[in-house]
Amino acid sequence: MSGEGMGMALEIVGQSVPRSDGQEKVAGQARYMDAIDLPGMLVGRVLRSTVPHGRLRRVDAEKARRVPGVVTVVTGESLRRDGRLNPYYGPALLDQPVLAIDKVLYVGDPVAAVAAVDEESALEALDLIEVEYEELPAVFEPLDAIAPGAPLLHEGELKPGGLFVDLTDVHPVPGTNICNHYVMKKGDGEAGFRHADIVIEQTFSIPETQHYPLEPHSVLAWVDPSGRIALYANTQQPFIVRAQLADIFQVPPSHIRIMVPYLGGAYGAKCYPKAEPIATVLAWFARRPVKLTFTREEVFLTITKHATVVKMKSGAMRDGTLVARKVECYLGTGAYAEIGPRVSKKMGTNGAGPYRIPHVQMDAYCIIYTNKPPAGAFRGYGLPQVTWAFEQQMDTLARELRIDPVEIRLKNLFVDGDTFWYGERLNALGLRECLLKAAAAIRWGEPSQALPGKRRGKGLAIMLKTLTHGASIAFVKVDDDGTAKVLTSTVEMGQGSDTVLAQIAAEELGLPVERVSMAHPDTDFTPFDDKTSGSRSTVAMGKAVLLAAREARERLLELAAEQLEASVHDLEVRRGQVRVRGTDRALDVAQVVRAHFRSKGGTIMGRGEFHTKLAREEFWFAAAGAAEVEVDPETGEVRVLKYVGACDVGKAINPHLCQQQVLGGAVMGLGQTFSEEMVYDHGQLLNPSLINYKLPAFRDLPAQLEVILLETPYSEGPFGAKGVGESAVPPVAAAIGNALVDAIGVRLYELPITAEKVLKALEEAGGAGPVGAGGAR
Amino acid sequence: MTPIELSLTVNGERRALTVPPQRLLLEMLQRDLHLTGTKEGCGVGVCGACTVLMDGRPVSACLVLAAHADGHEVTTIEGLGRDGQRHPVQAAFLEWSAFQCGYCTPGMILAATALLQEHPAPSEEEIREYMSGNICRCTGYMDIIRAIQSCTGGAKR
Ligand code: FES
Ligand code: FES
Repeated sequence: MSGEGMGMALEIVGQSVPRSDGQEKVAGQARYMDAIDLPGMLVGRVLRSTVPHGRLRRVDAEKARRVPGVVTVVTGESLRRDGRLNPYYGPALLDQPVLAIDKVLYVGDPVAAVAAVDEESALEALDLIEVEYEELPAVFEPLDAIAPGAPLLHEGELKPGGLFVDLTDVHPVPGTNICNHYVMKKGDGEAGFRHADIVIEQTFSIPETQHYPLEPHSVLAWVDPSGRIALYANTQQPFIVRAQLADIFQVPPSHIRIMVPYLGGAYGAKCYPKAEPIATVLAWFARRPVKLTFTREEVFLTITKHATVVKMKSGAMRDGTLVARKVECYLGTGAYAEIGPRVSKKMGTNGAGPYRIPHVQMDAYCIIYTNKPPAGAFRGYGLPQVTWAFEQQMDTLARELRIDPVEIRLKNLFVDGDTFWYGERLNALGLRECLLKAAAAIRWGEPSQALPGKRRGKGLAIMLKTLTHGASIAFVKVDDDGTAKVLTSTVEMGQGSDTVLAQIAAEELGLPVERVSMAHPDTDFTPFDDKTSGSRSTVAMGKAVLLAAREARERLLELAAEQLEASVHDLEVRRGQVRVRGTDRALDVAQVVRAHFRSKGGTIMGRGEFHTKLAREEFWFAAAGAAEVEVDPETGEVRVLKYVGACDVGKAINPHLCQQQVLGGAVMGLGQTFSEEMVYDHGQLLNPSLINYKLPAFRDLPAQLEVILLETPYSEGPFGAKGVGESAVPPVAAAIGNALVDAIGVRLYELPITAEKVLKALEEAGGAGPVGAGGAR
Repeated sequence: MTPIELSLTVNGERRALTVPPQRLLLEMLQRDLHLTGTKEGCGVGVCGACTVLMDGRPVSACLVLAAHADGHEVTTIEGLGRDGQRHPVQAAFLEWSAFQCGYCTPGMILAATALLQEHPAPSEEEIREYMSGNICRCTGYMDIIRAIQSCTGGAKR
């Protein structure tokens, strides 16, 4: 019956149709938070801790309250004294106060907040709030934080967040800074090493980095006279933020309404509550609309990517067959658990690499509290960290055993029909194809000629990521003019979901894509979605939209069958026309709707839902990266001549948008490889601005940047699609790290790769090794 | 601090307004003139999201005092097209989908417009160099390069 089911030629899916948000965006008319105001709106500002760890002796806001124009000053103490609110929140553990209570845990921890008629008065008030700290010993690195005698950040018992079924097993280890320890064991675990001919052990580390969406977190909150709370917020997760606010305000979730405009980028930074709790608390006390937009520095202090140390040990046979692997991941989650426990689970699940290994021991000490800003979701969700480790270790093994790096991977990688750690059968992987295509694109095995005095080398890396769990629901309505509106709570943050979901609906409904438009999330009216993240929208919401469109289409065909006096089975709908197949008896969709309602007006509805089985992974998406670099051994400078990102997308609903996701992911990966790092001194962030936090610019692009899209259809995905948002990021750093070894014979273990580190490593190794043979050894 | 009076041309319209002396051009555009197409992406002159044209030359509105615009002609993304028609650079960005979240896009389009005025047929090297004051965190830049090249008859879809 359906376009998908019949295997009919696709008309809209698979086409690079223009983005539906394009006209607004090139005209500067797209509405983001910066264009949303309300009359009488106040400006919110936040006072933040200046010490990394300390007891709050005194927070005195009296003078601040007397500043003309100041309407409300809120502190942790005023929240506690008020008694009507529950001031703690957090998706995994209720460990984060809206404003610090008793203690501050990092430089930047929110201590007090002000709402005033203008920014000037708000800033003046912040200056007048007196805070006295009793400084406590602080700890900044994950390994230090679990050393005996380390200062404890959270002293009392931590309550579970209670929001997610897959996080019910998150348990802080009492008396330590460990807020969760994920363990996975397969075969004999560590004992498996006795079978190996060769064992290698290495330690890798990855620093904190910033998502740096160009648009900062911003919220406009108000409380209406009936007590209902409403917000415009640039969140990736309106329903989860609503649930957390409902817990804070002790009201049913439906007392809170969240509306989401276009987002100016997110990459994970806008998951879970960010500016929402403080903004809403200010509005609640002020009883006036409050807009709170974080400054650039505040964004750096709000969420980061987990700094991680990965200790990895592998055992292999002489022919390169992997037999055992032991992995320890130490994630620094900063002052609050945030979603760290889930990141660590994902890192643990995927951290042994996409390889068949009979004996595995995985310990992801997830998540160790440190006196730094909280770390959470970041494009790739733990994979960028572990891929840096396992893919460099694969190359190390290959070099030790004198096996070609592509060969050793082909020998060990997962293929369809293999079983994943927890018993799930793997299918539709496309991993092997990604690797082979990426290798071919950099002419793997052919040496390349370097300029005199320079060295060239090639390297590659692969990764496999699992989908996160969650539910997505969609409504489709077809109106009496033959247009369709799709109601979902997917957030358009740049990835192109508005366009792709409209394509899916249009294909299934048989409507031209211009006749389909997307609603933006409004928790009062658009149905539930878990989140817009984890590369899940095309698959999870895409499937829900497909099913909703199918239901609406079936209803339309039923009505048309009566009107055309034909059997439903003889009808087809294409390009807005319902037709008796093979005849010229046809009705426009608009006519079908109107005729049914016998009036100018009427709506046909369809509903669809998709959810993953509890805490189980439903599908895998594979990617490979391949790089050719040129190194100047005199200066240590590394130039990327060519980078290739190969991703299996199942089915490219909109090939151009998929390519852009891969390009953007690759360039984000290059930033993390070469320049991005948050630098601290005793917990004080030294580079909270673009002046000294360097993002990749046009001039940092590789000379050539290439995308390869593979399509191994996933049976559950809409039209076979899988996700693509994150897959290009994880392989980048390791592919370049491996190319570096090929070029100069030295390996770096710590990101980012800088000229200084390359020089230092060369010095320690006594100079560059033999000229690389472009992968052929 | 006494407010200052400014008179300038914004997107072809004469405007007279009174602002505090420390008012930045970016704030004046966004708050006083409600031209929110110009974006703030860093506030320190690095990202180029706030790029506008002043007498045809690109400036970072987050670094320029509103007072400096007195007597000058400012063009923002809202005023780039004429008579309801897209400017050719806007049309090229649309054609190439040279954006994702769109937050860098107004600044990119204005910087590219200035580039093409200075060098009507830039090489890819020149584009990469000239545009390096504009950061895009989403797209990986390649489609922006192609969009700019297409304005010179270079890239074809
Ligand atoms: S906001 Fe002006 S350059 Fe970034
Ligand atoms: S499109 Fe998002 S920053 Fe360029």
